Order: sequence, then structure tokens, then C-alpha cells
Amino acid sequence: MEVTLFHYLIVAAALFTIGVFGIFVNRKNVIIILMSIELVLLSVNINLVAFSAHLQNLEGQIFAMMVLTVAAAEAAVGLAILVTYFRNRGNIAVEDINQMRG
Amino acid sequence: MNPVIDLNNSLPLARPELLLVAFALIGAVLGAWFKDRAFGALSLLGVICIAGAGLLALAWSPGAAVEIFQGAMVVDGVGVFAKVLIGLAAAATLALGADYFTTTKEQRFEFPVLVALATLGMFVMVSAQDLISLYVGVELQSLAAYVLAAWRRDDARSSEAGLKYFVLSAISSGLLLFGSSFVYGFTGSIRFDAIAAAVGEGAGGIGLLFGLVLMLCALGFKMSAAPFHMWTPDVYEGAPTPITAFFAAAPKVAAVALMARLLYEPFAEMTPQWQQVVAALAAISMVWGSVAALVQTNLKRLMAYSSIGNMGFALMGLAAGGEQGASSALIYLALYLPATVGMFALILAMRRDGQPAETVADLAGLAQKRPWMASLFTMLLFSVAGIPPFAGFIGKLAVFTAAVAGHLYWLAILGGVAAVVAAAYYLRLIASMWFAAPAAQLQAPSGTIMVTALASAALTFPVLVLLLGALQGWAENAVRMSF
Repeated sequence: MEVTLFHYLIVAAALFTIGVFGIFVNRKNVIIILMSIELVLLSVNINLVAFSAHLQNLEGQIFAMMVLTVAAAEAAVGLAILVTYFRNRGNIAVEDINQMRG
Repeated sequence: MNPVIDLNNSLPLARPELLLVAFALIGAVLGAWFKDRAFGALSLLGVICIAGAGLLALAWSPGAAVEIFQGAMVVDGVGVFAKVLIGLAAAATLALGADYFTTTKEQRFEFPVLVALATLGMFVMVSAQDLISLYVGVELQSLAAYVLAAWRRDDARSSEAGLKYFVLSAISSGLLLFGSSFVYGFTGSIRFDAIAAAVGEGAGGIGLLFGLVLMLCALGFKMSAAPFHMWTPDVYEGAPTPITAFFAAAPKVAAVALMARLLYEPFAEMTPQWQQVVAALAAISMVWGSVAALVQTNLKRLMAYSSIGNMGFALMGLAAGGEQGASSALIYLALYLPATVGMFALILAMRRDGQPAETVADLAGLAQKRPWMASLFTMLLFSVAGIPPFAGFIGKLAVFTAAVAGHLYWLAILGGVAAVVAAAYYLRLIASMWFAAPAAQLQAPSGTIMVTALASAALTFPVLVLLLGALQGWAENAVRMSF
């Protein structure tokens, strides 16, 4: 069977869905949320590169490089915030992030 | 075009952005060298540079839209209009923040640098001309905003606000990117003009629409439109108040201007399709922003719902479509902005024994203790509620007229009902200020706060309604030049 654009899009959509579910369904640990965010961003990269190859157009690959770079910066900022949160609260359980409600 | 020649032509037009970059980089180095002693000087310099960047954009605004950096960005009417608003709002909130952090002894030099970086991100957002600069602009603004939300490293609520903002905003970035990748895939380009051409030829179909809707949801998230608003009240409450003021002002303009650009440039041919989505966002935001605010007791949460409702009104203008729709949204933002900054200045001014007083109950009897503060607050609230003759009324009038002209009658009626409900909670605050028994005495506000509040109130005052003709002409010309 030949692998076509459609198959890549299915893989990317599946990864994206797993990532989003990982963020919303997970009740345990914020680190898992960070991993899910990376999964979402990487699924976008699969999409971009698949479209780029299909269209014979380089713009998508440049976009994917930008996404990779920004995702690294985002993870760095996210982990830094998580460290300050851990210092204040002593744990990073998702259920306990509820000081403010309304 | 030859890249070197293009760069030479582009750099003079990018002066506002270059000024912000220069300030952020030099500020970071100076801060690393002098540590937090540099806070006062850097904040002052930051206020000058950020307001200066907005005014530079105005001073060197070209007569016609000019693409710079090989078409990655554009300098045009809407961009300049938004940059002026963003620059002034960010500078005002930076001044308020510098003043506040000096009294609380939290003078860390990163504050002006981060505000400048966030402002730079907003400038890139409003002048984006392809999907990459759109994404990079949004992320530059967001990354600086996450850090600002978690500003109080030793305060659990501030860290929690930063963490919530980060996680929810990262999801919206994911949606934005996933949508962008579909737009790219189904039109074959990331450039707005090429996307517009492909859309005009009928490219895309359901895949393109899916991408567009995902992008709209993500931008709705960034501007805190319901039903993507869930981060807003928590982040507003948890972040230090001057930083909340910053979130409530400039980023809203950037997000609305970016959404206007996306809808009216690449997807102008798809107006009937996106109109329903934007109208739904507007309707839910207006209603939920008004209803949920009725039960809030914390002033910052109340302001969060107020901003959700107000974004609904701005979106109603965008949903109307056409030149009138876009210019009415710009006018609405220009008139909403000073009222927001002024109200936050007054909330910052409410301190008792060095502790911030942030509940609605703290407002009780303010008129007896500090009649000037109460009068200014009342004027600003009247303006946001859209009560004539204050400026906010003109903004509401503009978006309602646009909605009726765009045949969105149901949306205009719903907006009218929401505005009445919203007026109820604004009037509740005013009644408590003037007629309730006084709460404990508040400290005297500082000079910076009073100047900002006074200037904001002046901008909502009927006398300046004379200037509104000029504002309207400016907004309409801006939209005509851009779209």
C-alpha cells in the first residue's frame, strides 16, 4: 500500500487528539500536560511537512522549523513557571490547582 | 526583489519595532549589570520607548500599505491605528506597574523588559502578513505574558495564575497552528495575499473552513471571548493588579486587530462562512460576560467578565463585515481602552494598610472618603456601560450601527439586552460607592495613579466627543487603506 498525504494527516490528527485529551482528561500531573502540549505541537509539524512535500512548496518546512523553535521556548517558560508553582505549593497535582474559582 | 535592497527598504519602516527590540535587549543587559537598582530608570525609559514606538508608527505612517521583509509584514492603516493604541496602553500600564511595584518593594528589572517584549509581539501580530509572522507575534506576546502572570514568585496565587494561563494558552496555540497547517495545506501558501487569491478561486472547501474555524477559536481564546474565556477570571485575579491591567488593555487590541486582518484580508471571500462563527462568539461573549459578572465579589474577577463582554461587542462589529464592521470594532476598542486603563488605575489606588483592597465591598462609601476618586470611577463606569454622553456610548453606537447595516438584527437585539444587564452591575458599583455606608479608610493614591486615572477619565468625557469625528475618520481611512 502506498503512503499518501491522507495517511499522514490521519496520523497527525490522531496525535493532536491524543494531545488534547491528555491535557483535559489527565488529573494527575502537570508534567504530563507539558508532554501533551509537545505532542500537539509535533502533530502540527507532521501536518506541515506532509503538506509541504505534497505541494512541492518549502514554506511549510520553514514553518515547521519555527514551530520547533517556539515550542522549545514555550517548554522552557512552562517548566520555569512550574518550578515556582512547586516551590510555593509543594506538589504539582492537577487536582490541587484550584485556589481561584468562580 | 533582491533581499539586500528589500532589507534596506524595510528597516526604516520597521522603526517602531526596532525601537522596542533595542530597548528590550539593552534593558536586559543593563538589568543584568545593575540588578534591580536599574528598575526605576529602566521603567521610565520603557514608558518613553513604548509610547514612543506607538507614536513613531503614527509619525511615519505611509500613505498606502507597504509590505516589508519580503512580504512577511505590512505597514498600513489598521496596523498603525492598532500600534498607537497598543503603545499608549502598554506605556500607561507600565507606568502604573512601576509605581505599584515601587510601593510594594518588588522592583525587579525584568518587568519593563517583559512588557516591551510583549508589546513587540503585539506589534508583529497587528502587522502580520503571513501565517509565520502571525504565529511568532502571538507567541512572543504570550510567552512574555505567562512570565508576567507568574510575576510574584513567592505567591501561590500568582504562580497558579501563570500556570493556568500557560497551559490553556498553549492549547490555544496548538489550535492556532493546527488550523494554520490546514489553511496552508488547502491553499498552498502561507502568505495572506496568496491565500486570498486561492480562496477567490474557490480552493479549499471543508478542509480550509476547518482550519479557519480552528484559527478563529484560538484567537478568540487570546482575546478572551466566550466560550474560550475560562482562563480570564483566574488569571486576572491571581496576577498582580498592574499586570492584570496590562492584560486587560493592550493584548485585546492586538488580538482584535489580528482577527480583523485575518478575516478581511485572506478570508474576505469567505465572509458568509466565518460570519456565523464570529457572530456566535460575539453573542456568547456578550451574554456570558454580562450575566456572570452579576455575581462577582472580587473587583478583578468582575473586570475580567467585563472585558469578556466588551470583547463580545468588538466582535459584533467584526461579524458585521465590510468596511463599516472593521472600522466600528477599531473605534470601539479605541474608546474602551482608556476606560479600562483608568478603572485599573483606580483599583490599584485602593490600598489599606499597605494591602490591596480588591473586593466590591471595599468600594462602599468611597464618595464620602475620597470624592475625587469616586467621581472619576463613576465616569469611567458610565463610559464602559455605554451611557450617553460618555465616550463608551459612541463606541457601542458604532458597533450596533454596523451590526444593523450588516443585517445581523438578532445579534444587535441580543447585544442591546446584554448591554442593559451589564449596566446593572456597573450601576451596582456606582450605587455602592455613593450611597452605601463607608468601609474603612483607604490610603491616599499616588501621583502617577491619579494622573493616569484623570487622563483616562478625560478621554471618556463628553468634551472630547468633539475629537470623535476625527477618530471615526481615522479608523475608516485605516480600514480603507488596509483591506
